[in-house]
Amino acid sequence: MSDKSAGTLAGDTPASSTIAMPKRPAGTLYRGNEGMWSWVMHRITGVAIYFFLLVHILDTALVRVSPEAYNAVINQYKTPLMGLGEIALVAAIGLHALNGLRIILIDFWSVGTKHQKLMFYIVLGLWAVLMIGFVPRQLMHIFGGGE
Amino acid sequence: MESKPSIPEEIPTFTATLIIRRFDPEVDDEPRWQDFDVEMHGTDRVLDALHKIKWEQDGSLTFRRSCAHGVCGSDAMRINGRNRLACKTLIKDLDISKPIYIEAIKGLPLEKDLVVDMEPFFDSFKSVNPFLMAGGLPQGGKERKQSPVERARFDDTTKCILCAACTSSCPVFWTDGQYFGPAAIVNAHRFIFDSRDENAQVRLDILNDKEGVWRCRTTFNCTDACPRGIQVTQAIAEVKQAILRGKP
Repeated sequence: MSDKSAGTLAGDTPASSTIAMPKRPAGTLYRGNEGMWSWVMHRITGVAIYFFLLVHILDTALVRVSPEAYNAVINQYKTPLMGLGEIALVAAIGLHALNGLRIILIDFWSVGTKHQKLMFYIVLGLWAVLMIGFVPRQLMHIFGGGE
Repeated sequence: MESKPSIPEEIPTFTATLIIRRFDPEVDDEPRWQDFDVEMHGTDRVLDALHKIKWEQDGSLTFRRSCAHGVCGSDAMRINGRNRLACKTLIKDLDISKPIYIEAIKGLPLEKDLVVDMEPFFDSFKSVNPFLMAGGLPQGGKERKQSPVERARFDDTTKCILCAACTSSCPVFWTDGQYFGPAAIVNAHRFIFDSRDENAQVRLDILNDKEGVWRCRTTFNCTDACPRGIQVTQAIAEVKQAILRGKP
């Protein structure tokens, strides 16, 4: 038994044929917990919101160029595709805002760091409630056809 | 009474597969993955598996270890995607039905296999003045006294063994090598909140920097990675608070 404990020495058939090895020599993804994923999510939504605001300021500024151009752009926002985009926007802002409150509590509440995981799930819960309230109404707007 | 010598029962073993990220700077352009099968006991740690590979299968496998008992902080590495000490991680606690992935810690220059250049890490440790700074003679001329309550204030951060598991688990540190990193802040915390120390303000000024405590994004990877169970993110938050207050 223990004779074999040296494992497969060079020369024996390598066991690698059955094991799925990582394709690239790059390292594996770091397996962080709630804290790391909330940060990733915060960063992604933050950058996405920044680019939305950039476009939003430009389209609003169009009204000073010509009201017709402004109307043409705003009418584009009423298409179903943009309606779905608005759902993504509300989802991103909701997550970013609620997680932002969580980060403020981590920094300024003396026991904030102890309860960060719980607070993350509270953020997700509040966000889900927010979306349940908003998404059906928005879908009715987009696909309901009515005013 | 039987006089037969009692034969101890054979201790059950199992085969564990380790996939190790190898890199030999003299041969390889890129790191590569290599797998090893080792026969292990339930009481064996990842470090024992690495020893077995090095001693019985491939002597070129390179890693650091000194005490092998979780005190010296030499063998921090990424085990199944998380920073751990190889000498404190039992193989049976990992999922042995799947291969175990082992890589060097991230964010520090890779030198060979599991060995990284620790100099940038120790440089930021040194730059926070990690030693007692007390001028003049102590009261009564003999010793600097401290109450148990005053000692307890910084007890958590005295446990650091400088293994770099926290600093190299920090996403900010991976992309911004200028960041002091959790370990340096933990060791600053240890003296900032020490009632015998007189230069807390110097350390607070060093850490009140773009690359200081304000780089912390509270991902809590450091707290999860610390093999000594130090509440690292809590310590960083306390230093942030001390900077805002202007005193420890």
